[in-house]
Amino acid sequence: MRSTWVTPGGVHPPENKHQSVTMPIGSLPIPEKLLVPLSQHIGAPAKACVKVGTKVLKGQKIADATGAVSVPMHAPTSGTVTAIEDRPIAHSSGMSAPCIEITTDGKDTWIEHKGVVDFEHASPQALTKTIADAGIAGMGGAGFPSAIKLSPGHRRPINTLIINATECEPYITADDSAIRERAAEIITGIGILSHILGNPVNILIGIEDNKPEAIAALEPHVADTGISVVSFPTKYPSGGEKQLIYILTGKELPSGQLPADAGMVCINIGTTYAIKRAVVDGEPLISRVTTMTGNACGINRNYETLIGTPVSHMLAHSEFNEHACSRLVMGGPMMGFSLTSAEVPIVKTTNCILAPSYSEIPDDEPAQACIRCGMCAEACPASLLPQQLFWYSQAEDHDRLEAHNLFDCIECGACSYVCPSNIPLVQYYRSSKGEILKAREEKVKSDHARERFEFHQQRMEQAEKDKEAKRAARREAAEKAKATVAANSGTEKEGTGPVPGSAADIIAAAQARAAAKQVSPEEQQAKFERSIAGAEMRVQMATDKLAETNAKQTEDQKNILNAALEGAKQKLEQAQARLAEHVKKHSEQVK
Amino acid sequence: MIESIAQQPILAALIAMVGLGILFGALLGYAAEKFKVEGDPIVEQIDELLPQTQCGQCGFPGCKPYAESIASGDAINKCPPGGQSTINAIANLLDVPAPELDAEHGEEADLRTVAYIREDECIGCTKCIQACPVDAILGAAKLMHTVIADECTGCDLCVEPCPVDCIDMLPLTEGLKQWHWPAPQNQLDVIASDRSGFEAPSNEGRAA
Repeated sequence: MRSTWVTPGGVHPPENKHQSVTMPIGSLPIPEKLLVPLSQHIGAPAKACVKVGTKVLKGQKIADATGAVSVPMHAPTSGTVTAIEDRPIAHSSGMSAPCIEITTDGKDTWIEHKGVVDFEHASPQALTKTIADAGIAGMGGAGFPSAIKLSPGHRRPINTLIINATECEPYITADDSAIRERAAEIITGIGILSHILGNPVNILIGIEDNKPEAIAALEPHVADTGISVVSFPTKYPSGGEKQLIYILTGKELPSGQLPADAGMVCINIGTTYAIKRAVVDGEPLISRVTTMTGNACGINRNYETLIGTPVSHMLAHSEFNEHACSRLVMGGPMMGFSLTSAEVPIVKTTNCILAPSYSEIPDDEPAQACIRCGMCAEACPASLLPQQLFWYSQAEDHDRLEAHNLFDCIECGACSYVCPSNIPLVQYYRSSKGEILKAREEKVKSDHARERFEFHQQRMEQAEKDKEAKRAARREAAEKAKATVAANSGTEKEGTGPVPGSAADIIAAAQARAAAKQVSPEEQQAKFERSIAGAEMRVQMATDKLAETNAKQTEDQKNILNAALEGAKQKLEQAQARLAEHVKKHSEQVK
Repeated sequence: MIESIAQQPILAALIAMVGLGILFGALLGYAAEKFKVEGDPIVEQIDELLPQTQCGQCGFPGCKPYAESIASGDAINKCPPGGQSTINAIANLLDVPAPELDAEHGEEADLRTVAYIREDECIGCTKCIQACPVDAILGAAKLMHTVIADECTGCDLCVEPCPVDCIDMLPLTEGLKQWHWPAPQNQLDVIASDRSGFEAPSNEGRAA
């Protein structure tokens, strides 16, 4: 028996796990429509690679991963893609996000797929790629793409693989029942992980002692595999990554560090099952075990649920009594969030749908003033000071919040649970975290804007300087030209010598420039003649058009054509006048 | 020489003190030259806090000039895009009381906006390009212009010069990525047993 360590804080809320484990994992009939959100994981949303109307088979890829931190999506059953658009998804904001809707055909036809049974002979890279292509993201709740955790490039070799089977949150039994029924496959999944990570020295399955059946189910399979099943006293929240690592190894991860920095990888036990299915059976992640529980439901049990199943479909098959239900919660009572609609789909991270009665989870009581009792600090598993954070959060004092390590808060809700004043502490922290992240983003943006503004300013100054320099150069050139003109004309007209810098000077310079630009008189004449020829042609055309359409056109159109003709005539006259003037001038000059 | 000084302790002390004074004076003078800070550091710090929209609503041609003006004693409540949080931050930095936003210069907007050019109406006059303080508008004479939304600070300065009024200020839509938990409603002054603050359930609904 391995020794375990005890984390600070923690609470013991009523477990309420027994209701949903009385029956084995069930399955639901295939719903008429499935709604697969493109973002069910942390990172960039996937990009749809099917079109509306495409027929898809079960397991067929329907969306590609975009970028490094992303996972693809697969069709949970066969059918036709009927919409790719924004739909309400399971998110605490109640907002909509891009989803692929599949109208199922009920045949549940698999796409051709093949797994690797002797994975021990496959390269870790190939296995990691299989896991990435199967769209596997952490199924414990956060939804971090699993392949990234397993990818090489760790700063330290991995010596400890921790399988998180804690499932510490009340009501949820998805992992518990999966272990009871699928222990052998789970152990195979752990074998795959161990192979990918280069057979770490310690492989620990961390499980709370309130799941004796699950522990008993695992035990026969772990013999001679080097895997140890470590059970420890039940306490919420032991299932947090940092908490579990401390319980099992006694090592405390410093703030801001990842388990990989300490040579550890921590993976949820439900994910290991999905990995086994992906590698050995070649099946992508298209369904998961989800607990349906709460007193507002007649049937409390676990279902193997297709990703994209609407919550309402699940409720309909669980004798759900809408009037008895105080609220619908996705996740557990501690960290879950209320759903605004029952039409939202189950996603890869949905471990529980809780439909509690009013007596189970009553409406929030109004918060009262903080009495500084300090119970929240005792309950905090991250050893933070919830009370101080609460004050600073109210005061929007971001610097102090960060100094008090707000970002180490795992939002487990233990502080809110013990608070005698019913203060929704976690909601304050979540809001403050959001504000701080937003402020950081804005800071980056404003720095960028400042850079651009300064560059703009510099550019304008430079342009002004260039203009000034050009002006000076022109002035100089004009003076020079004036000087030469004066030198030439000085012999003809006496007494009108150049006065430097005078207006006459500038005019003379302009004339000199104009003279330099002027084309020869012959060219000019040719140009005028061309323009006259053009104008004549236009007059001709306008007259023709008028004559042609005179009979059938309306009065308005006639007027327009008349005006056009008039305009063309005027232009012709002008051109002729200009030519005449030019010829006259030219002949004078010649004289 | 030394002996005569030693015989007159007052003179010796005087010389020592004056000598030290000259020495430290020279040291300080040298340090002041060597480690001289270019510009006014407080201006930089204030500029850091300003929102950098470069909108000119404060009456200065950009955030930096306003920061300079604040450093030389101007009021700190002339920046509507920054709003109360910016005023508070500057007040904190300068250790002065934080006033309310001066309504004369505008009101704090709830939503950030970006300029949007209705492209089929644009005549390509380049007037907005010249007005943009952060070069966020692309285009050339007689060619359609467009705003790079990511670079736009929402300063409004391009709207007025447009001769065909084809620029709109559109609020930035908040997506899932921008969303974060709202702060809880402040109920702290409600005592659980005191229901006077709540509306009594109406009887009409029940009767019907």
